Amino acid sequence: MSISRRILMMTSLMAGAAFMAGPVAAQDPVRIAIVAKSLGNGFFEAAARGAEEAAKEVGNAEIIYTGPTSTTAEGQIEVINSLIAQRVDAIAISANDPDAVVPALKKAMQRGITVVSWDSGVAPEGREMHLAPSSDALIGQTIIKLAADHLPEGGKVAVLSATSTSTNQNIWIAEMKKVMDQYPDIELVATVYGDDLADKSYRETQGLLQSYPDLDAIIAPTSVGIVAAAQAVQDAGKAGQVNVTGIGLPSEMAGAVENGVSQSFAIWNPVDLGYATTMLAYNLATDQATAEPGAEIAMGRLGTATLDDDNQAAMSEPFTYDASNIEEFKDIF
Amino acid sequence: MIISFLKSREAILLGALIALILLVESRFSGFAMPRNLAAVFNDTSILIILALGQTLVILTRCIDLSLASNLALTGMVTAMLNAAMPGLPIVALLAVAVALGLIMGAFNGLLVWKLNIPPIVVTLGTLTIYRGIIFLVSGGSWVNSHEMSAAYKALPRAQMLGLPVLSWIAIVVIAGFAIGVNRTALGRAFYAVGGNPGAAVYTGIDVGRTRFSAFVIAGGLAGLCGYLWVSRYAVAYTDVAGGFELDIVAACVIGGISIAGGSGTVLGAVLGALFLGVIKNALPVAGISPFWQMAISGAAIIIAVAFNARKPPSRIILKHAEARS
Repeated sequence: MSISRRILMMTSLMAGAAFMAGPVAAQDPVRIAIVAKSLGNGFFEAAARGAEEAAKEVGNAEIIYTGPTSTTAEGQIEVINSLIAQRVDAIAISANDPDAVVPALKKAMQRGITVVSWDSGVAPEGREMHLAPSSDALIGQTIIKLAADHLPEGGKVAVLSATSTSTNQNIWIAEMKKVMDQYPDIELVATVYGDDLADKSYRETQGLLQSYPDLDAIIAPTSVGIVAAAQAVQDAGKAGQVNVTGIGLPSEMAGAVENGVSQSFAIWNPVDLGYATTMLAYNLATDQATAEPGAEIAMGRLGTATLDDDNQAAMSEPFTYDASNIEEFKDIF
Repeated sequence: MIISFLKSREAILLGALIALILLVESRFSGFAMPRNLAAVFNDTSILIILALGQTLVILTRCIDLSLASNLALTGMVTAMLNAAMPGLPIVALLAVAVALGLIMGAFNGLLVWKLNIPPIVVTLGTLTIYRGIIFLVSGGSWVNSHEMSAAYKALPRAQMLGLPVLSWIAIVVIAGFAIGVNRTALGRAFYAVGGNPGAAVYTGIDVGRTRFSAFVIAGGLAGLCGYLWVSRYAVAYTDVAGGFELDIVAACVIGGISIAGGSGTVLGAVLGALFLGVIKNALPVAGISPFWQMAISGAAIIIAVAFNARKPPSRIILKHAEARS
């Protein structure tokens, strides 16, 4: 171990001792670095806005929003090293590679820096906790709720998925089926697979419309499928009659919401995600909470995050986008 | 003449197509209704146009695997142009699409003609190159329906004499091919070059130039389809029409276009494309498990090739000249 590293270790230990000695002084803000997958991506810019909101709320926090220019692990490692040199108090990272950034983050933790991952996780040994935007169960519950909310008298719904072997979609659909008994009037008539190809998804949607002329909603938990389904429903002249919903991106679904094909759809809210991540990082960095299995850590206006055995937590159910907020979000991501 | 048609491959394929439609009708009534069949034809239009382009290339003993990438790149370029300049008339965008397609086809053709690289290698390369360029020009982002102008999306959907314009474009292309392939010198040259390149040289046909022409025409059609595809599905992204090159080749093979070159008809290619189109449109409504869908498509191809394998041996008179060409 080199001399300089030993000195650094000592200072970080001293810093740790200072934290334990008393609350952070107001004139010494907690510096939280938000590391994006890459700069110039609307999703992460929005997360940074949420982080700023959280910083304002807690008062003595300062946000350093940074990231590499391209989505590479090497770029993120450089960024992490420079953050260590700047002696930030916390690093919150959305990783380009779950394993490649671990050594750099371990080094940061040895220096007493709080490390959390969000959005795209880091392997458990490289972070104190991970905040996922949502969980499989919450997504499954949300997609059926989206359809049911616009069918107060019940109706027929069909699922347009990606490929028949896509893990994510299959889990979400299974989670959705688990809660179907809460909606006794909603009947799931078919599950079809568009393979995440625009043309096949379009054709499968046409098939659904033909096979089930009284279909009320199509749930597409995939961003390619939901766009293609919306187009097929519009071309079939069934806008307003068949509601297309599921998981999609606001920028891609803006047209479908505007012309009434889609009443609403969902995906995680990047602003909330940045906000929640910052709250967690702040609470951990100021030792108001400890990251350990079962811990409940406050996330400000979003309630609390409960850590599982891998120190992971899910923020909330996906955020619903509809005509009231699509204009605001379509330029973000 | 009628009797000779009844014995032909095309007649067998037509019979199979009708049988297939009736089979689907028995499982899902309404499928064989004229309105639905028109919808199936419309849905298959792009495949028909590309299969015809591919037919020319295959007739000359070549193959073009880059058509779907060509389509995707021109589609992305027209969509981005439209998003950036909504005022640009659609005619201009169509011209850009066709021109871009022609250039990409010419690039394939030149490599095959001047550098004598095997076409499957050339187009396997350009397949990834053209696809890669999409990522370069778009930066990986999508062009979404609300960014496209209404006129951009309206053209293929506009109704004319009871059919969408997309269908009419396919009909015009089919008619053009029927005349061009059977009644022009270039059209006959495609057969001559593929049937017997050696003999073609002796009749004064430039084999390389003819192959180049085939690639250029196929490329231009792919460019046209690029616009049609993106405006039909109202979305452009890097993976548009991914894997479609194989559907195009499959349509030709089912249609009896011999991979060995020199044999095949326009009607065959159209029927082959329609056969695949009917399967694609029937499987979603016939309630067949998605796990079976690919196997069924594959089986259709193998059965078709087995039928087409009964090709009469062609006579090779000038071995020497053939070896040189």
